[in-house]
Amino acid sequence: MSLMNEFTKGIVKENPLFRLVLGTCPALAITTSVENGLGMGAAFTAVLLASNIVISAMRKIIPDSVRIPAYIVIIASFVTMIDLAMHAYTPDLYKSLGIFIPLIVVNCIILGRAEAFANRNSVVPSVFDALGMGLGFTLALVLVCTFREVLGAGTFLGHTILPESKAAILMILPPGGFVTLGCMLGFLNKVQSKTA
Amino acid sequence: MQDYFIIIVSAVLINNIVLSQFLGICPFVGVSKKLGAALGMGAAVTFVLVLAGGLTWAIQTYMLNPFNIGYLQTIAFILVIASLVQFVEMVIRKFSPALYKSLGVYLPLITTNCAVLGVAILNIQKEFSLLQALVFSLSHAIGFTLALVLMAGIRERLEDADTPKCMRGMPIALVTAALMSMSFLGFSGLV
Repeated sequence: MSLMNEFTKGIVKENPLFRLVLGTCPALAITTSVENGLGMGAAFTAVLLASNIVISAMRKIIPDSVRIPAYIVIIASFVTMIDLAMHAYTPDLYKSLGIFIPLIVVNCIILGRAEAFANRNSVVPSVFDALGMGLGFTLALVLVCTFREVLGAGTFLGHTILPESKAAILMILPPGGFVTLGCMLGFLNKVQSKTA
Repeated sequence: MQDYFIIIVSAVLINNIVLSQFLGICPFVGVSKKLGAALGMGAAVTFVLVLAGGLTWAIQTYMLNPFNIGYLQTIAFILVIASLVQFVEMVIRKFSPALYKSLGVYLPLITTNCAVLGVAILNIQKEFSLLQALVFSLSHAIGFTLALVLMAGIRERLEDADTPKCMRGMPIALVTAALMSMSFLGFSGLV
Protein backbone atom coordinates (compact mmCIF):
# COMPACT_ATOMS: atom_id res chain seq x y z
CA MET A 1 0.00 0.00 0.00
CA SER A 2 1.65 3.18 -1.14
CA LEU A 3 0.90 6.53 0.43
CA MET A 4 -0.53 7.78 -2.86
CA ASN A 5 -2.99 4.92 -2.73
CA GLU A 6 -4.13 5.92 0.78
CA PHE A 7 -4.66 9.42 -0.52
CA THR A 8 -6.60 8.65 -3.69
CA LYS A 9 -8.88 5.95 -2.30
CA GLY A 10 -10.89 8.53 -0.33
CA ILE A 11 -11.52 10.62 -3.41
CA VAL A 12 -13.01 8.05 -5.77
CA LYS A 13 -13.02 4.41 -4.70
CA GLU A 14 -14.14 4.91 -1.11
CA ASN A 15 -15.64 8.37 -1.37
CA PRO A 16 -17.29 8.81 2.04
CA LEU A 17 -20.45 10.46 0.74
CA PHE A 18 -21.07 8.80 -2.61
CA ARG A 19 -19.69 5.29 -2.05
CA LEU A 20 -20.03 4.72 1.69
CA VAL A 21 -23.06 7.04 2.11
CA LEU A 22 -21.80 8.40 5.42
CA GLY A 23 -22.14 11.94 6.70
CA THR A 24 -25.43 12.51 4.94
CA CYS A 25 -26.79 14.97 7.51
CA PRO A 26 -24.40 17.86 6.75
CA ALA A 27 -24.40 16.87 3.06
CA LEU A 28 -28.12 17.56 2.88
CA ALA A 29 -28.42 20.44 5.29
CA ILE A 30 -25.68 22.90 4.40
CA THR A 31 -25.39 22.29 0.67
CA THR A 32 -27.51 25.27 -0.30
CA SER A 33 -24.54 27.27 -1.59
CA VAL A 34 -21.07 26.39 -2.85
CA GLU A 35 -19.49 28.65 -0.25
CA ASN A 36 -21.13 26.66 2.56
CA GLY A 37 -19.93 23.43 0.99
CA LEU A 38 -16.33 24.64 0.82
CA GLY A 39 -16.45 25.93 4.39
CA MET A 40 -17.95 22.72 5.74
CA GLY A 41 -15.46 20.63 3.77
CA ALA A 42 -12.53 22.64 5.12
CA ALA A 43 -13.74 22.44 8.74
CA PHE A 44 -14.40 18.74 8.35
CA THR A 45 -10.99 18.05 6.80
CA ALA A 46 -9.22 19.99 9.55
CA VAL A 47 -10.96 18.02 12.29
CA LEU A 48 -10.39 14.69 10.54
CA LEU A 49 -6.71 15.45 9.95
CA ALA A 50 -6.07 16.51 13.55
CA SER A 51 -7.99 13.63 15.09
CA ASN A 52 -6.38 11.06 12.77
CA ILE A 53 -2.91 12.34 13.74
CA VAL A 54 -3.56 12.30 17.48
CA ILE A 55 -5.38 8.97 17.47
CA SER A 56 -2.75 7.21 15.37
CA ALA A 57 0.02 8.64 17.56
CA MET A 58 -1.73 7.50 20.73
CA ARG A 59 -3.05 4.19 19.46
CA LYS A 60 -0.69 2.12 21.64
CA ILE A 61 -1.46 4.17 24.79
CA ILE A 62 -5.25 4.14 24.68
CA PRO A 63 -6.60 0.90 26.21
CA ASP A 64 -8.82 -1.02 23.83
CA SER A 65 -11.84 -1.11 26.15
CA VAL A 66 -12.19 2.67 26.44
CA ARG A 67 -11.12 3.57 22.94
CA ILE A 68 -14.51 4.84 21.69
CA PRO A 69 -15.02 7.37 24.54
CA ALA A 70 -11.37 8.41 24.14
CA TYR A 71 -11.84 9.01 20.41
CA ILE A 72 -15.01 11.00 21.03
CA VAL A 73 -13.23 13.27 23.52
CA ILE A 74 -10.33 13.83 21.10
CA ILE A 75 -12.68 14.59 18.21
CA ALA A 76 -14.88 16.84 20.38
CA SER A 77 -11.83 18.87 21.47
CA PHE A 78 -10.81 19.56 17.88
CA VAL A 79 -14.38 20.40 16.90
CA THR A 80 -14.50 22.93 19.73
CA MET A 81 -11.26 24.51 18.48
CA ILE A 82 -12.60 24.77 14.92
CA ASP A 83 -15.88 26.10 16.23
CA LEU A 84 -14.15 28.89 18.17
CA ALA A 85 -11.77 29.67 15.31
CA MET A 86 -14.58 29.94 12.77
CA HIS A 87 -16.62 32.07 15.14
CA ALA A 88 -13.69 34.48 15.36
CA TYR A 89 -12.41 34.60 11.76
CA THR A 90 -15.35 33.72 9.50
CA PRO A 91 -18.46 34.95 11.34
CA ASP A 92 -20.70 34.89 8.25
CA LEU A 93 -19.84 31.32 7.40
CA TYR A 94 -20.19 30.41 11.07
CA LYS A 95 -23.70 31.79 11.03
CA SER A 96 -24.81 29.99 7.89
CA LEU A 97 -23.36 26.62 8.94
CA GLY A 98 -24.82 27.12 12.42
CA ILE A 99 -25.49 24.01 14.43
CA PHE A 100 -23.72 21.78 11.92
CA ILE A 101 -20.26 22.86 13.11
CA PRO A 102 -20.63 21.36 16.62
CA LEU A 103 -22.37 18.43 14.97
CA ILE A 104 -19.14 17.47 13.18
CA VAL A 105 -18.54 15.55 16.43
CA VAL A 106 -21.17 13.00 15.55
CA ASN A 107 -20.21 12.78 11.88
CA CYS A 108 -19.85 9.04 11.37
CA ILE A 109 -16.99 9.46 8.89
CA ILE A 110 -14.57 10.83 11.48
CA LEU A 111 -15.24 8.16 14.10
CA GLY A 112 -15.28 5.60 11.30
CA ARG A 113 -11.80 6.60 10.07
CA ALA A 114 -10.50 6.60 13.66
CA GLU A 115 -11.78 3.09 14.21
CA ALA A 116 -11.01 1.66 10.79
CA PHE A 117 -7.73 3.36 9.92
CA ALA A 118 -5.95 5.57 12.48
CA ASN A 119 -6.38 2.83 15.07
CA ARG A 120 -4.20 0.42 13.05
CA ASN A 121 -1.77 2.61 11.17
CA SER A 122 1.07 4.95 12.03
CA VAL A 123 0.94 8.71 11.75
CA VAL A 124 2.11 9.25 8.14
CA PRO A 125 -0.41 6.96 6.39
CA SER A 126 -3.12 8.36 8.68
CA VAL A 127 -2.32 11.87 7.47
CA PHE A 128 -2.72 10.80 3.84
CA ASP A 129 -5.88 8.90 4.66
CA ALA A 130 -7.38 11.96 6.36
CA LEU A 131 -6.40 14.28 3.50
CA GLY A 132 -7.87 11.94 0.89
CA MET A 133 -11.11 11.37 2.80
CA GLY A 134 -11.42 15.07 3.59
CA LEU A 135 -10.86 16.05 -0.03
CA GLY A 136 -13.27 13.38 -1.23
CA PHE A 137 -15.97 14.60 1.15
CA THR A 138 -15.35 18.24 0.20
CA LEU A 139 -15.54 17.46 -3.52
CA ALA A 140 -18.77 15.53 -3.01
CA LEU A 141 -20.25 18.40 -0.99
CA VAL A 142 -19.24 20.96 -3.62
CA LEU A 143 -20.78 18.84 -6.36
CA VAL A 144 -24.12 18.66 -4.50
CA CYS A 145 -23.88 22.39 -3.72
CA THR A 146 -23.21 23.29 -7.34
CA PHE A 147 -26.37 21.57 -8.53
CA ARG A 148 -28.48 23.07 -5.80
CA GLU A 149 -27.13 26.58 -5.99
CA VAL A 150 -27.22 26.86 -9.78
CA LEU A 151 -30.71 25.36 -10.09
CA GLY A 152 -32.17 26.83 -6.92
CA ALA A 153 -30.74 30.33 -6.72
CA GLY A 154 -29.34 30.73 -10.23
CA THR A 155 -25.90 31.63 -8.91
CA PHE A 156 -22.49 30.02 -8.52
CA LEU A 157 -20.36 31.30 -5.66
CA GLY A 158 -22.52 34.43 -5.73
CA HIS A 159 -22.16 35.07 -9.48
CA THR A 160 -25.45 35.06 -11.37
CA ILE A 161 -25.73 32.33 -13.98
CA LEU A 162 -29.44 31.90 -14.52
CA PRO A 163 -31.91 34.80 -14.43
CA GLU A 164 -33.79 34.80 -11.16
CA SER A 165 -37.13 34.06 -12.79
CA LYS A 166 -35.74 30.75 -14.10
CA ALA A 167 -34.47 29.52 -10.73
CA ALA A 168 -36.45 26.79 -8.99
CA ILE A 169 -36.41 27.85 -5.35
CA LEU A 170 -37.44 24.34 -4.35
CA MET A 171 -33.87 23.16 -4.94
CA ILE A 172 -32.48 25.16 -2.05
CA LEU A 173 -35.38 24.16 0.19
CA PRO A 174 -35.13 20.84 2.07
CA PRO A 175 -36.75 18.65 -0.66
CA GLY A 176 -34.09 19.78 -3.16
CA GLY A 177 -31.38 18.31 -0.96
CA PHE A 178 -33.00 14.90 -0.85
CA VAL A 179 -33.75 14.86 -4.57
CA THR A 180 -30.23 15.96 -5.59
CA LEU A 181 -28.42 13.41 -3.43
CA GLY A 182 -30.85 10.63 -4.36
CA CYS A 183 -30.49 11.24 -8.10
CA MET A 184 -26.71 11.52 -7.84
CA LEU A 185 -26.44 8.20 -6.04
CA GLY A 186 -28.72 6.62 -8.63
CA PHE A 187 -26.66 8.08 -11.48
CA LEU A 188 -23.41 6.80 -9.93
CA ASN A 189 -24.93 3.32 -9.56
CA LYS A 190 -25.87 3.42 -13.23
CA VAL A 191 -22.37 4.49 -14.29
CA GLN A 192 -20.81 1.83 -12.12
CA SER A 193 -22.99 -0.97 -13.44
CA LYS A 194 -22.07 0.05 -17.00
CA THR A 195 -18.32 0.10 -16.42
CA ALA A 196 -18.19 -3.02 -14.26
CA MET B 1 -50.03 27.35 27.40
CA GLN B 2 -50.14 28.74 23.88
CA ASP B 3 -46.33 28.87 23.84
CA TYR B 4 -46.14 25.15 24.42
CA PHE B 5 -48.69 24.43 21.75
CA ILE B 6 -46.68 26.45 19.24
CA ILE B 7 -43.49 24.63 20.23
CA ILE B 8 -45.17 21.26 19.73
CA VAL B 9 -46.81 22.02 16.38
CA SER B 10 -43.74 23.65 14.92
CA ALA B 11 -41.39 20.90 16.09
CA VAL B 12 -43.56 17.98 14.96
CA LEU B 13 -44.87 19.30 11.66
CA ILE B 14 -43.32 22.53 10.44
CA ASN B 15 -39.69 22.14 11.41
CA ASN B 16 -39.74 18.37 11.36
CA ILE B 17 -36.35 17.28 12.60
CA VAL B 18 -35.66 14.84 9.78
CA LEU B 19 -37.49 16.34 6.83
CA SER B 20 -36.64 19.98 7.24
CA GLN B 21 -33.71 20.20 9.66
CA PHE B 22 -31.78 17.18 8.33
CA LEU B 23 -30.88 15.78 11.73
CA GLY B 24 -30.87 12.04 12.19
CA ILE B 25 -30.78 11.12 8.49
CA CYS B 26 -28.64 8.02 9.10
CA PRO B 27 -31.23 6.11 11.17
CA PHE B 28 -33.96 7.60 9.00
CA VAL B 29 -32.71 5.81 5.89
CA GLY B 30 -31.00 2.97 7.77
CA VAL B 31 -33.80 1.69 9.99
CA SER B 32 -36.85 2.49 7.90
CA LYS B 33 -37.15 -0.76 5.97
CA LYS B 34 -39.55 -2.46 8.41
CA LEU B 35 -42.41 -0.87 10.30
CA GLY B 36 -41.65 -2.70 13.56
CA ALA B 37 -38.02 -1.68 13.57
CA ALA B 38 -38.97 1.91 12.83
CA LEU B 39 -41.30 1.99 15.83
CA GLY B 40 -38.58 0.49 18.05
CA MET B 41 -36.04 3.04 16.92
CA GLY B 42 -38.55 5.84 17.41
CA ALA B 43 -39.26 4.71 20.96
CA ALA B 44 -35.57 4.43 21.81
CA VAL B 45 -34.81 7.88 20.40
CA THR B 46 -37.77 9.44 22.21
CA PHE B 47 -36.57 7.99 25.49
CA VAL B 48 -32.97 9.14 25.11
CA LEU B 49 -33.81 12.49 23.54
CA VAL B 50 -36.06 13.62 26.40
CA LEU B 51 -33.63 12.41 29.09
CA ALA B 52 -30.67 13.99 27.31
CA GLY B 53 -32.60 17.21 26.73
CA GLY B 54 -33.29 17.60 30.46
CA LEU B 55 -29.83 16.52 31.55
CA THR B 56 -27.88 18.73 29.15
CA TRP B 57 -30.11 21.67 30.07
CA ALA B 58 -29.23 21.14 33.74
CA ILE B 59 -25.53 20.86 32.94
CA GLN B 60 -25.56 24.04 30.90
CA THR B 61 -27.50 25.97 33.55
CA TYR B 62 -25.86 24.71 36.72
CA MET B 63 -22.32 23.87 35.60
CA LEU B 64 -21.23 25.52 32.36
CA ASN B 65 -22.90 28.90 32.88
CA PRO B 66 -21.92 29.61 36.53
CA PHE B 67 -18.28 28.69 35.90
CA ASN B 68 -18.23 30.51 32.57
CA ILE B 69 -16.98 27.51 30.63
CA GLY B 70 -19.60 27.56 27.87
CA TYR B 71 -16.95 26.67 25.30
CA LEU B 72 -16.82 23.14 26.76
CA GLN B 73 -20.43 22.63 25.64
CA THR B 74 -19.72 20.26 22.76
CA ILE B 75 -17.39 18.03 24.78
CA ALA B 76 -19.62 18.00 27.85
CA PHE B 77 -22.79 17.25 25.89
CA ILE B 78 -21.38 14.42 23.79
CA LEU B 79 -19.91 12.75 26.89
CA VAL B 80 -23.20 13.08 28.76
CA ILE B 81 -25.12 11.63 25.83
CA ALA B 82 -22.68 8.75 25.33
CA SER B 83 -22.75 7.77 29.00
CA LEU B 84 -26.51 8.28 29.21
CA VAL B 85 -27.02 5.87 26.34
CA GLN B 86 -24.83 3.30 28.09
CA PHE B 87 -26.66 3.83 31.36
CA VAL B 88 -30.11 3.58 29.81
CA GLU B 89 -29.02 0.39 28.09
CA MET B 90 -27.94 -1.17 31.40
CA VAL B 91 -31.08 -0.07 33.26
CA ILE B 92 -33.42 -1.39 30.60
CA ARG B 93 -31.53 -4.67 30.44
CA LYS B 94 -31.90 -5.08 34.21
CA PHE B 95 -35.51 -4.08 34.66
CA SER B 96 -37.26 -4.91 31.42
CA PRO B 97 -35.60 -7.65 29.40
CA ALA B 98 -38.53 -7.67 26.97
CA LEU B 99 -38.10 -3.98 26.13
CA TYR B 100 -34.35 -4.46 25.97
CA LYS B 101 -34.79 -7.21 23.43
CA SER B 102 -36.90 -5.04 21.18
CA LEU B 103 -34.77 -1.90 21.52
CA GLY B 104 -31.43 -3.63 22.05
CA VAL B 105 -29.81 -3.14 18.67
CA TYR B 106 -30.85 0.47 18.29
CA LEU B 107 -29.71 1.83 21.63
CA PRO B 108 -25.94 1.98 20.96
CA LEU B 109 -26.63 3.59 17.58
CA ILE B 110 -28.25 6.57 19.25
CA THR B 111 -24.95 7.97 20.53
CA THR B 112 -23.95 8.90 17.01
CA ASN B 113 -27.43 10.09 16.11
CA CYS B 114 -26.97 13.79 15.46
CA ALA B 115 -30.61 14.41 16.36
CA VAL B 116 -29.84 13.97 20.07
CA LEU B 117 -26.87 16.32 20.20
CA GLY B 118 -28.58 18.69 17.78
CA VAL B 119 -31.71 19.08 19.89
CA ALA B 120 -29.62 19.45 23.07
CA ILE B 121 -27.71 22.35 21.49
CA LEU B 122 -30.88 23.92 20.04
CA ASN B 123 -32.46 23.84 23.53
CA ILE B 124 -29.63 26.00 24.80
CA GLN B 125 -29.52 28.30 21.76
CA LYS B 126 -33.21 29.08 22.09
CA GLU B 127 -32.76 29.85 25.81
CA PHE B 128 -35.61 27.64 26.94
CA SER B 129 -36.72 27.00 30.52
CA LEU B 130 -36.48 23.40 31.74
CA LEU B 131 -40.12 22.62 30.99
CA GLN B 132 -39.90 24.21 27.55
CA ALA B 133 -36.72 22.24 26.85
CA LEU B 134 -38.44 18.99 27.81
CA VAL B 135 -41.48 19.76 25.66
CA PHE B 136 -39.21 20.79 22.77
CA SER B 137 -37.21 17.55 23.04
CA LEU B 138 -40.33 15.42 23.28
CA SER B 139 -42.00 17.01 20.30
CA HIS B 140 -38.87 16.66 18.19
CA ALA B 141 -38.74 13.01 19.17
CA ILE B 142 -42.38 12.60 18.14
CA GLY B 143 -41.60 14.29 14.83
CA PHE B 144 -38.69 11.90 14.31
CA THR B 145 -40.86 8.86 15.05
CA LEU B 146 -43.60 10.17 12.77
CA ALA B 147 -41.23 10.65 9.84
CA LEU B 148 -39.59 7.28 10.45
CA VAL B 149 -42.88 5.37 10.65
CA LEU B 150 -44.33 7.08 7.56
CA MET B 151 -41.14 6.34 5.66
CA ALA B 152 -41.19 2.69 6.76
CA GLY B 153 -44.78 2.36 5.59
CA ILE B 154 -43.88 3.72 2.16
CA ARG B 155 -40.73 1.65 1.86
CA GLU B 156 -42.51 -1.59 2.66
CA ARG B 157 -44.64 -0.97 -0.42
CA LEU B 158 -41.69 0.26 -2.43
CA GLU B 159 -40.13 -3.18 -2.08
CA ASP B 160 -42.76 -4.56 -4.45
CA ALA B 161 -42.67 -1.63 -6.83
CA ASP B 162 -40.84 -1.84 -10.11
CA THR B 163 -38.06 0.69 -9.56
CA PRO B 164 -35.13 1.01 -12.01
CA LYS B 165 -32.22 -1.12 -10.89
CA CYS B 166 -29.81 1.74 -10.32
CA MET B 167 -32.29 3.58 -8.09
CA ARG B 168 -32.98 0.68 -5.72
CA GLY B 169 -32.20 1.10 -2.03
CA MET B 170 -30.64 4.36 -0.93
CA PRO B 171 -31.35 6.55 -4.01
CA ILE B 172 -35.08 5.86 -4.17
CA ALA B 173 -35.33 6.25 -0.39
CA LEU B 174 -33.87 9.75 -0.69
CA VAL B 175 -36.21 10.68 -3.53
CA THR B 176 -39.14 9.40 -1.44
CA ALA B 177 -37.91 11.51 1.45
CA ALA B 178 -37.85 14.51 -0.88
CA LEU B 179 -41.52 14.00 -1.74
CA MET B 180 -42.39 13.63 1.96
CA SER B 181 -40.42 16.71 2.80
CA MET B 182 -42.26 18.60 0.05
CA SER B 183 -45.60 17.62 1.53
CA PHE B 184 -44.40 18.70 4.99
CA LEU B 185 -43.60 22.11 3.48
CA GLY B 186 -47.37 22.49 3.21
CA PHE B 187 -47.57 22.80 6.98
CA SER B 188 -45.37 25.88 7.01
CA GLY B 189 -48.24 28.33 7.14
CA LEU B 190 -49.70 26.67 10.22
CA VAL B 191 -48.26 28.87 12.98
